[in-house]
Amino acid sequence: MAATHETVEQVRALAEQKYKYGFTTDIDAETAPKGLNEDIIRFISAKKEEPEWLLQWRLRAFEAWKTMQEPHWPKLDYGPIDYQDAYYYAAPKLKNKPKSLDEVDPELLRTYEKLGIPLKEQAILAGVEGTEGQAPAIAVDAVFDSVSVATTYKAKLEEMGIIFCAISEAVHKCPELVQKYLGSVVPYTDNFFATLNSAAFTDGSFVYIPKGVRCPMELSTYFRINQANTGQFERTLIIADEGSYVSYLEGCTAPQRDENQLHAAVVELVALDNATIKYSTVQNWYPGDANGVGGIYNFVTKRGACRGVNSKISWTQVETGSAITWKYPSCILQGDNSVGEFYSVAITNNRQQADTGTKMIHIGKNTRSTIVSKGISAGRAQQTYRGLVKILPRAEGARNHTQCDSLLIGDQCGAHTVPYIESRNRSARVEHEATTAKISEDQLFYCRQRGLSEEDAVSLIVNGFCKEVLKELPMEFAVEAQKLVGISLEGSVG
Amino acid sequence: MIEIRNLHATVDGKEILKGIDLTIGPGEVHAIMGPNGSGKSTLSYVLAGRDGYEVTKGSVSFYGEDLLAMEPEERAAAGLFLAFQYPVEIPGVANMTFLKSALNAMRKHRGEGDLDAMQFLKLVREKTRSLNMTDEMLKRAVNVGFSGGEKKRNETLQMAVLEPKFAILDETDSGLDIDALKIVADGVNALRSPERSMLVITHYQRLLNYIVPDHVHVLAHGRIQRSGGKELALELEQKGYKDFGVEEAA
Ligand SMILES: Nc1ncnc2c1ncn2[C@@H]1O[C@H](COP(=O)(O)OP(=O)(O)OP(=O)(O)O)[C@@H](O)[C@H]1O
Ligand SMILES: [Mg+2]
Repeated sequence: MAATHETVEQVRALAEQKYKYGFTTDIDAETAPKGLNEDIIRFISAKKEEPEWLLQWRLRAFEAWKTMQEPHWPKLDYGPIDYQDAYYYAAPKLKNKPKSLDEVDPELLRTYEKLGIPLKEQAILAGVEGTEGQAPAIAVDAVFDSVSVATTYKAKLEEMGIIFCAISEAVHKCPELVQKYLGSVVPYTDNFFATLNSAAFTDGSFVYIPKGVRCPMELSTYFRINQANTGQFERTLIIADEGSYVSYLEGCTAPQRDENQLHAAVVELVALDNATIKYSTVQNWYPGDANGVGGIYNFVTKRGACRGVNSKISWTQVETGSAITWKYPSCILQGDNSVGEFYSVAITNNRQQADTGTKMIHIGKNTRSTIVSKGISAGRAQQTYRGLVKILPRAEGARNHTQCDSLLIGDQCGAHTVPYIESRNRSARVEHEATTAKISEDQLFYCRQRGLSEEDAVSLIVNGFCKEVLKELPMEFAVEAQKLVGISLEGSVG
Repeated sequence: MIEIRNLHATVDGKEILKGIDLTIGPGEVHAIMGPNGSGKSTLSYVLAGRDGYEVTKGSVSFYGEDLLAMEPEERAAAGLFLAFQYPVEIPGVANMTFLKSALNAMRKHRGEGDLDAMQFLKLVREKTRSLNMTDEMLKRAVNVGFSGGEKKRNETLQMAVLEPKFAILDETDSGLDIDALKIVADGVNALRSPERSMLVITHYQRLLNYIVPDHVHVLAHGRIQRSGGKELALELEQKGYKDFGVEEAA
């Protein structure tokens, strides 16, 4: 049809996507020499003044990694990665580790201001000393390249026994917790990228919520890659003790560069009896330009263990960035009656590729999981939903519901759904629904007839398509995410 | 004033409109009747600027501006509204959100600021009530799961909120029950004003009892075959379209 053809033409003539966060910060950095070897690992460990056990753990991971192969099963197409051609440690040069926000290099503070970490957060960042008494909404841990540069509200949270700090700091502050739980959900031999992370991780966030405590504010980490040729290997560990609750947000951006940069993070969550962890991500790493030059390679292992009875882990992700995304936030439902949730919006435009989904492993009785995945592809992007629902023999009465919807814009992009279901208990119920749709010419015209520009129309329609997932985000992030959905698809039509 | 001159248009290379001439003055209501497939909806799409409807000849002047040179959203902003024969569903987008986005987009085109939430709510509540619609329908996704009649009512609501200069109603009466027809007609009549013109496409003379037109036109074979006053509709109801070379349906 003529009209469809025209849209295809428009898609072909894609304007370069405008990435707002593509600037670099001019700041003195200290870097280790390129490449990864035992010396570099010892260097990183020494920089962080780590205990011997952690150094040994890293070294064991490195030994394991040398024997491992990069996985080739994902539906991702990229050239070989030279792991020896990247820096594994880059840190802004700090005279002394800042004790409060006003000691942080103003250049760094300006960077976060420019990144527009939601305005409310900015007000909070700025108001740490000033606006005492005003109910804070979000505490932020800012990770810049390989180090955590600032954490807000630490003191306030500590009054309640909550520990929220850089993982490098937690190693000193509460070594027994770190030693007990680090690698307990994602072992250092887990997979190529997680093992690399275990050997080389530099920083990340640590959270511990004590028994019976409901964390009174959103905790948030903002990851920023600045330095060229630098990989970011952050490690996050969140432990929710019995009967506690925490909502945690993660945001990320990187400068616009022509070469690809590697990001291989590991996130481990542990929920004990009756505890709930809500983990939300808005991932907006630099996606590369319209021709697929540059962008972040995002290979991430995220896994949560519902160890206790009635525990709950909920993953919500909005993935709009990165040239390549490889990511399967998962739940191990070990405690009886535990609940796992995965709500995902993944948007790929231009030449972006994403192979993402989740794994729900039902071990305990009456465990329940819900998967809602919304994939949007535009331009020449390729996207795969890959999901595993596994019901073990003991998981009497387990239930899963999976809803997997794809939306295509134009006809040069692709969407693929690969659901694996393994059920070894007859009483389990597993439901899977999948749909694929296109944004119709009818819908676009209807919106434009009502005065909306083509881009606003696409954004509105796509936001509608993702609504089930977006409504799971904390309020502070929802508005931001809605805008991001629009921006990510700029140039996909018209 | 809307002036359509010798308008020819093709869809997929097939000529559907074969020279339409029509002038609609401010405040006038014109009705178009005509057999199925004669090009009524095509005319409305061409005026609204739908992709794939190619104008091969002729011109349309909209209050002195060249309508055909404008993008669909510019036409909307200039005051052209089309109530669709088949309103489109937009899953996940609340009717309220849609109305607000549309109204604010129009206001932006006109250089006006956004209405704040309170002002908007007040405006919409008022219009919803006058059309006997429930607030519940505002929360539901645009047209999703709406009955045929509810969709038509929703089109009327959008028109009432957007207050266009020129409204095309493409079979807005089809699918409405007797009471709904009256309510929608009242809603349309409430919008009649010396500045606002309308083009009402219908198959039924009945609607024109409620929305009394200044002129009635018969469209057949891509042309306006005859024009007259409101009595023309009555005549058509009796005789059908056979005078215009159209076989009566068996
Ligand atoms: N995409 C298309 N491809 C081919 N023919 C088309 C296309 N769209 C419309 N037509 C044809 O154009 C003609 C006019 O259609 P249109 O919808 O304008 O009729 P109408 O007068 O509104 O009819 P109705 O009273 O049934 O609503 C019809 O013969 C229809 O089949
Ligand atoms: Mg029609």
